[in-house]
Amino acid sequence: MAPFFHLLRNEIRVLFLSPATYLAAVLSLLMMGFFYYLTLVDLAQQAQSELPNVVFFRYFLFPVCLMVPMLTMKSIAEERRMGTLETLMTTPVSAFALVLSKFLAAFLFYTAMWLLSLGFPLLAVAYLPQPELPQLLLEPGSLIGGFLFVLISGMFFVAIGIFTSSLTRSQVVAGMLSFSAIFLLIVGMTVLRAQASSLGMVHPVAGDLVSYLQVFDHYNDAVRGLIDTRPLIYYGSGTLLVLGLASLVVESKT
Amino acid sequence: MSSIPYSIEVRHLTKYYGSAPAIKDVSFTVRPGEVVGFLGPNGAGKSTTLRILSGLLRADSGEAYLDGISVARAPEQVKKRIGFMPENNPLPDDLRVIEYLRYRARLKGVSGREVKARVDEVMERCDLTRRARRKLIGSLSKGFRQRVGVADAILNRPAVTIMDEPTIGLDPHQILQIRKLIDGMRGSTSVILSSHILAEVELSCDRVLIINQGRVVATGAPAELRAEFFSRPGYRAEVAGSDDALAEALSPISSGIQTRSEAPDPEGFRKITISSETSDDLSERLLRALAANRRLRLRSFERHNPTLEDIFLAATRRSWEEESPLIAPAEKPSRQTPAEPC
Repeated sequence: MAPFFHLLRNEIRVLFLSPATYLAAVLSLLMMGFFYYLTLVDLAQQAQSELPNVVFFRYFLFPVCLMVPMLTMKSIAEERRMGTLETLMTTPVSAFALVLSKFLAAFLFYTAMWLLSLGFPLLAVAYLPQPELPQLLLEPGSLIGGFLFVLISGMFFVAIGIFTSSLTRSQVVAGMLSFSAIFLLIVGMTVLRAQASSLGMVHPVAGDLVSYLQVFDHYNDAVRGLIDTRPLIYYGSGTLLVLGLASLVVESKT
Repeated sequence: MSSIPYSIEVRHLTKYYGSAPAIKDVSFTVRPGEVVGFLGPNGAGKSTTLRILSGLLRADSGEAYLDGISVARAPEQVKKRIGFMPENNPLPDDLRVIEYLRYRARLKGVSGREVKARVDEVMERCDLTRRARRKLIGSLSKGFRQRVGVADAILNRPAVTIMDEPTIGLDPHQILQIRKLIDGMRGSTSVILSSHILAEVELSCDRVLIINQGRVVATGAPAELRAEFFSRPGYRAEVAGSDDALAEALSPISSGIQTRSEAPDPEGFRKITISSETSDDLSERLLRALAANRRLRLRSFERHNPTLEDIFLAATRRSWEEESPLIAPAEKPSRQTPAEPC
């Protein structure tokens, strides 16, 4: 277990030193800030049926699709291209420990980005004079629900990013693969269900499966304060499966 | 030193890439503390063999044991006992030398209390203490990078150190430094290194393995290989005088002496290569006979000592001949004989 912590420490250090991390942070925060601004503008124009935090976190797709590939595409692909993956694999470090350390480091940054986004409501409350704002913007249920959702689903997305990075030695290919996979998982499943129901094609098993994979449904449950075990199992098992696959790829393709 | 007779034992190792064999039935052994050079043309299977030994690749058949442990069955145990320096020596550019070595020491399971002392020890051995200690690896010269690679390979005091082309791309000074380093490792760890630079291998290795087209074609100390491939000694001389005089001088010494001459230079001296059918050393008698003949003038005489390069060429040619017996004799590359100029 000891080598794992040294790997993790090194991975965090590498992410801290990499310009791509800061680019990902700045772009993601800019994007989140933009969406938060849109949410506030909507709120100012007319009364909303949903809390502003619920509206804001629903935009998670955009920062996730930008941030996850940028944080993860370099992780294994670059080591493979440089040849340092080979030197790592001749030490007594297991492929799973290596993959897990890269995953945790990237997930830590992913979490940090979303934690920084919590600054938006705080800033809005501090600088905007309306007395009802704190109650609206800092409503704990929606804030915690939304935050937990982006973290739990983010685990799976970051793991997908690490997996796609293990498949190739090109960062660009890894980035494109993870973007496509995450986009298809979030938007593709929604479109699939909409298409299937509009055409009246509802297969008993396939329909259940497609419903199970609806990321936006999981989101709506989470911000309403509904913690269901099914999405937890989906994201948890998905994360483990994808990380396991990544370590198999690292082991067999070194 | 370990009581195991061989620190590397390879038996009938075969590996295919697709349908093409990379190595076929490779077997060899390396004794503890021995420095062995692995020679072969590009694509001969050197890197494949070294990668199988280090647990990076799996062989299709055959077995490899490091320090008595099967590489295929207990790769984790083997990895604790090896130091590996891959071809091109990849290193992270954004780390300082000392940071990198400490990180690697921890990964290799050197205990926390020992890390500092061990890193200092290998840096001292690889002469990295003064100038390079706190430098970023990306800013180091190639020679220093290679030394960092060697330092990394010996961090865990490995039973076997595997180096793939450790001197590639280095200038003669840097090669000399790496050779000194390898010399310093002799006895404390078995070293197996692949190289293209034959003189380098001859100087730093106790034994040489020559591999061609995936097969081990010759193995032994350079002197043993010389005896195997060049059993009859050759001689070179520069003389001025007629062919008759030369024949007159040489014929009494031994039957079956053959000579080959080059064109004479403006002063009338020509280089001649002398070969005989006997394996006895005729140098002294030849020298006396050539010097004593009044019709000949002798300017230089030497016994030709085949270099490792000659051995390498002879061994690889022999393997090609064995591989393709259907080639008509006239088309075959001629087997190197001692009489041929090199």
